[in-house]
Amino acid sequence: MTVRLQTEPFDLGAEVARLTDGRSDVGAVVTFMGVCRDRTDSGAELVALTLEHYPGMVEDELSRIEAEARARWSLADALVIHRHGRILAGEPIVLVVTLAPHRAAAFEAAEFLMDYLKTSAPFWKQEETADGRSWVAAKATDDAAADRWKK
Amino acid sequence: MKLLYFAWVRERVGRAEEEAEAPAGVSTVAELIEWLRGRGPEYEHAFEAGPAIRAAIDKRHARADAPIAGAREIAFFPPMTGG
Repeated sequence: MTVRLQTEPFDLGAEVARLTDGRSDVGAVVTFMGVCRDRTDSGAELVALTLEHYPGMVEDELSRIEAEARARWSLADALVIHRHGRILAGEPIVLVVTLAPHRAAAFEAAEFLMDYLKTSAPFWKQEETADGRSWVAAKATDDAAADRWKK
Repeated sequence: MKLLYFAWVRERVGRAEEEAEAPAGVSTVAELIEWLRGRGPEYEHAFEAGPAIRAAIDKRHARADAPIAGAREIAFFPPMTGG
């Protein structure tokens, strides 16, 4: 079970290969990769995103969310990688991988990790377009997505 | 205690962090925000969004009514937009 914060891009295939190497107890591997789009929600061309974060708290929150996923589902392993700093359009931002004996747990845990990460991990995106830089506003749909997991 | 600001809260306040001692009677996150707003136009501008501003005490999310007694570090920031 790993949580990683880094500036450099990551390789989804290499991460999955490392997680599954030598294991035969895992029947399901679910991956989610968030990628930087080349358009803002309003349709403007986006050059890059810059992700600001709260050092220390980000690691604590990601670890807490991951521990909660492990408590709720029977996972063989899980990995969360989140980048910070400047990220160009087309580059990966975040990776969630869940491994479980069966697919239901792997799918649900991956969705849970992403929904909670978006609303509780202290990251802030700034968009860079030809007009300059502007902070991305939080979406009510993200709060609703996280709320559905509340017991 | 140490105060930290992130994203547009940091830009509006004009600094990333500072040391501050809140006066007696300021005992919750909401009261601390009210006190900060009185410190100058840059703070007023940063905190005018009111409840939309989130807070963390010693790197844990804190609600507006959370007590600040004993806090070493209090951070203020907009709703999060990671992922």
